[in-house]
Amino acid sequence: MSLVEEVEPRRLPVGSIGHHATGWWAMLCGIVTEGALFGYLLFSYYYSAMQSHAELWPPELPHLSLALPNTIVLLVSSGAIWFGERGAKRGNAREELLGTAAAIILGIIFVTVQFFEWHNKPFSIHSSAYGSLYFTITGFHMAHVMVGLLILLAILIWCWRGYFGPHRHAYVSIAAIYWHFIDVVWLAVFFTIYITPYLSGRS
Amino acid sequence: MWPELRAGLSGWLSPSRTIWLIGAFLAQFYCAPARANAPLNYLFGAGPRNVSTLTWGVLTISIIVVVIVTGLLLFATLKSWNRPASPAWKERELVPRATNPVAVVYAGLILSTAVLLGVTIWTMMTLADVAAPPSKPTVSIEVTGHEWWWEIKYLSSDPSQIFTTANEIHIPVGKPVAVRLQSADVIHSFWVPALSGKTDLIPGQINKTWILADRPGTFRGQCAEYCGLQHAHMGLKIIATSKNDFEAWRKNQLQSESEKSIGSAGQNVFMQKCAVCHTVRGTRAGGRVGPDLTHLMTRTTIAAGTLPNRPGYLSGWIADPQHVKPGSKMPRLQIDGQQLAEVRTYLEALN
Amino acid sequence: MTEIEYDRVPKVVEAIGRPELSARLRSFWESKPGLYGWLATVDHKTLGIRYIVTAFIFLGLGGIEALIMRIQLAQPNEHVLTPEEYNQLFTMHGITMILWYALPILTGFSVYLQPLLLGCRDMALPRLNAFTYWVFLFSGVFLYASFLIGAAPDAGWFNYVPLASIEQDPGPNIDFYALANIFLGISTTLGGVNFIVTILRFRAPGMSINHLPIMSWGTLTISVASVLSIPAVSLAFFLLWMDRHFGTHFFDPATGGQPLLWQHLFWLWGHPWVYIIVLPALSMVSQALPVCCRRPLVGYSLVALATVLTMVLGFGVWLHHMFATGLPTMALAFFSAVSLIIAIPSAVSLFSWLATIWTGRPDFTTTFYFFAGFIIVFVIGGVSGFMTASVPVDWQLTDTYFVVAHIHYVLIGWNLFAVLGALYHWFPKMSGRMLDETLGKISFWFIFIGFNVGFFPMHISGLLGMPRRIYTYSPEMGWSTLNLITSIGSFVLAIGLLITLVNVVRSLRVGRIAGPNPWDADTLEWSTSSPPPPYNFAVIPTVASRSPLWEDRLGEGQKSSPARGFVLDQGKETLGTTMLDAVPDVIVKMPEDSLAPLLLSLALAALFTTMMLEAWWWLAASAIAILVITVAWLWPRRSLGEIEGSTS
Repeated sequence: MSLVEEVEPRRLPVGSIGHHATGWWAMLCGIVTEGALFGYLLFSYYYSAMQSHAELWPPELPHLSLALPNTIVLLVSSGAIWFGERGAKRGNAREELLGTAAAIILGIIFVTVQFFEWHNKPFSIHSSAYGSLYFTITGFHMAHVMVGLLILLAILIWCWRGYFGPHRHAYVSIAAIYWHFIDVVWLAVFFTIYITPYLSGRS
Repeated sequence: MWPELRAGLSGWLSPSRTIWLIGAFLAQFYCAPARANAPLNYLFGAGPRNVSTLTWGVLTISIIVVVIVTGLLLFATLKSWNRPASPAWKERELVPRATNPVAVVYAGLILSTAVLLGVTIWTMMTLADVAAPPSKPTVSIEVTGHEWWWEIKYLSSDPSQIFTTANEIHIPVGKPVAVRLQSADVIHSFWVPALSGKTDLIPGQINKTWILADRPGTFRGQCAEYCGLQHAHMGLKIIATSKNDFEAWRKNQLQSESEKSIGSAGQNVFMQKCAVCHTVRGTRAGGRVGPDLTHLMTRTTIAAGTLPNRPGYLSGWIADPQHVKPGSKMPRLQIDGQQLAEVRTYLEALN
Repeated sequence: MTEIEYDRVPKVVEAIGRPELSARLRSFWESKPGLYGWLATVDHKTLGIRYIVTAFIFLGLGGIEALIMRIQLAQPNEHVLTPEEYNQLFTMHGITMILWYALPILTGFSVYLQPLLLGCRDMALPRLNAFTYWVFLFSGVFLYASFLIGAAPDAGWFNYVPLASIEQDPGPNIDFYALANIFLGISTTLGGVNFIVTILRFRAPGMSINHLPIMSWGTLTISVASVLSIPAVSLAFFLLWMDRHFGTHFFDPATGGQPLLWQHLFWLWGHPWVYIIVLPALSMVSQALPVCCRRPLVGYSLVALATVLTMVLGFGVWLHHMFATGLPTMALAFFSAVSLIIAIPSAVSLFSWLATIWTGRPDFTTTFYFFAGFIIVFVIGGVSGFMTASVPVDWQLTDTYFVVAHIHYVLIGWNLFAVLGALYHWFPKMSGRMLDETLGKISFWFIFIGFNVGFFPMHISGLLGMPRRIYTYSPEMGWSTLNLITSIGSFVLAIGLLITLVNVVRSLRVGRIAGPNPWDADTLEWSTSSPPPPYNFAVIPTVASRSPLWEDRLGEGQKSSPARGFVLDQGKETLGTTMLDAVPDVIVKMPEDSLAPLLLSLALAALFTTMMLEAWWWLAASAIAILVITVAWLWPRRSLGEIEGSTS
């Protein structure tokens, strides 16, 4: 008699089911490593800021007029994909598609607004260490958003083909957690780049 | 053959012999005379005494630890060496977990923690001691690292007392000297082992250290951070002399070049070929790419400690610097034999 | 198409005497023969051996680089190499050994062994496993392409700026290093992810966290550390590449950049890395030494905790590589203290091994010889590190040959000696044949003596002031004899390694047949045949202790059952279990062999090449290829249970 026979025989799920799915765990690890990447990016920002004794950091205070609404857009998109994931869990194809599509549209808005904001900055990636860090950090984030949009697009297509349902929707959950992750990262980036200059007592 | 060898070895290694062997091994580390031939050796230096003591201390602890662990390993291994050969694998007994000397592990843990905490505290105390010089420095120098030579500027609040030299530093014995470090290109490291530990020269920031020679002498230094092709040949010298000798040297260094060589053939060659990169104060030669040569002949070496400063070597260096230091910033000059002799005569007057 | 049900009760079966079961499982798990099978295989055993062979090839390349340097340094003022050649060699030697040998060799052993140790049929993500191997191989080829154009990286393996900036080093040398490093980082990070998921979720039922084989503790710990630390160095090299080619100002002091930012980012990865490349080796010793000593490891829990603690502390000491850079005294004091304290958990393993040998009855096999030699060089490497941890002492020792001695004692000592012992221990399992013991012992003595004769004198030349990274030195420095001895020792070491190579090649053909358990060892991999069948275990074993195969003789009353358990034969399946207690949790459907990993790594290689060449349209094309292949790879499949409903 082996150990597994000593307990009541249980039905075990088969395949990619919810949080039992291998892909879910892999994505969690992926989030940890990408989160670490942003940690090091923000470390570079804070370190360079602290070491720049001679110059003003940043050269001028960042405007929140675009970045703040854009942050809201991203937060709402997280809500949208949450809604889509819930639809997948319930087997509700309409909700699934609506939520995913809304998240994609909001994501595209975020990217567009950010490109516009970049275009209107008085400094470039070449101007100074600050400029290099600003565009690189927001650029890395934007790249992650764009990858997220591709993932969501794939999810949308697969949803439309009816692949996911109440049992098998691990893919949607995996995409959703990635999307929430880049949202949280944006909050950290936003705080670092847009809020901390105001906290340092400059006006 | 093996059993006899083993038996013989364990018989030979009696406790007294073992101790003798360990002692002999340790003694070589403490033999000063044998180490006198290494100019960059710092275990017998003239720098802060407590750093040397700490170094000897951790070295001794390390050696003792290695000896003890090796001994334990050998005893643990050899005690099973002589047991009878075992039968087939399957019949082999296992040593049960009940004989689990985890206490041994705890004991070792506590012992190593105690030693490590002790060394940590000792380190902190020593670090606090050497963080600042024992008294206010009387001499201040600024060292700028270049690929692959040292620009040395003696500082003063009185601008007329400031002068620049290269690769060789004179200091008065017994007085701390403040050293400001910066770099013109890449990261270098200022290291004169007999006097002090290393501090890096990093472009974009000023690092500060101090040195103090408690006896007169000549102390060699070396760049200690990989800085490119000729990192191997970026040496320097610190010469600690009595206060009077130092003052005499300093006053000499302050003087500009006299007028006596104006118009000489050697000076013409120098102006044509060398002045672009080198400075001789008091003349039109004002190049800043290479070392200041105003008092070249007061230095014992050239090319940042690579060659002795003697006529043959000086000629060889000027004729073909790329042969001595391939990759150095001093190019092969288009210079014929006569020009070479002339410019060398000129340089030999730069006292 | 097979119907994949949403759940089922898995059947329990006795594995012995069921040849039809073996044939059935083989039909699902065995790779097809021929070129397709070779290129598309996802079998962890094949991939593990590939990792090991490839890593040893890089060891050989790095070794040759070292030997050439030792010829140059054997005498003062030699002209065997120009300064530029020397600089490229010492840089490539460091890069190759530390990045392309030291972790991949341990990855190879773990990729091969972890599923077998844990009692499952493959790694959690088999296609990812294949991908990480191909990326490792191609990134190494990418790096070594630099030699073909005579432009190997030459700013040292730490690649400090500004020496590595575009102004100081305008050629492609540094770009090769930067891009190859980022490329390899993809493999290492994803490999870490694979191990984490495998070790946490794919264990045999009953293998609760305190029954985990000690080698899995090592692999798990460093996998988490890899995932957390590699982004730092990938970022550093990416920022450098940007500074070099896109006019950014991260590191350039003239425009507000910080040269020390490079050092912080580099060492934030670099220090954890040096623990990543030794802790699995130490855990291999902890795994195999008890087998040699015929007893369970003394203080298993302490050793497991010590492994984790060492790694955690390893994240808090990076500044000790920067003690000479002019940091504030408080920072120096803190990092010095932690660097000293980190020796404590390392010491735990040492005492555990000594106690295991002392109370055990060691078998004096080649494995044991290597492990005994390992203990001696472990301690020497450890104490030289202890010495450099003290700041005022480090100010003399850093950047001298003392540190070179230290790093080689910890790398060759902690990594290579353990690896060689592990090779002699697990070769029979991997190949079905025993390595020759006489050749093994001769090899050991050449390696042990050659290594110590070669590297011990470096402590002394370092104490006598010999700096690192110098292509020559003059005779009046007093280092000449020491360098000559070192050079001779290094060749003796090389001969020792060659003898092991000969042993391997010879034993593959004429070695004694091993059988399933030639060492009478205790863990699950020894319950399979040698080599194991493609599916590893005909039934998923259940375990009740750390030493399942020794339970009856240790008499502690546990009841593992290696030969009775879930059969999971409805396709290519294995079992997922819960994280802490290893309760059966899910039946995992495993992917078939696939060319996608190979194709994706080729596309990535193309991408990095286009970055080298700054060919932006081609870059866009390779990015599209990457996208297409990734989507094809991840397209939901019914066979993996990823699609709702069954086929009609």
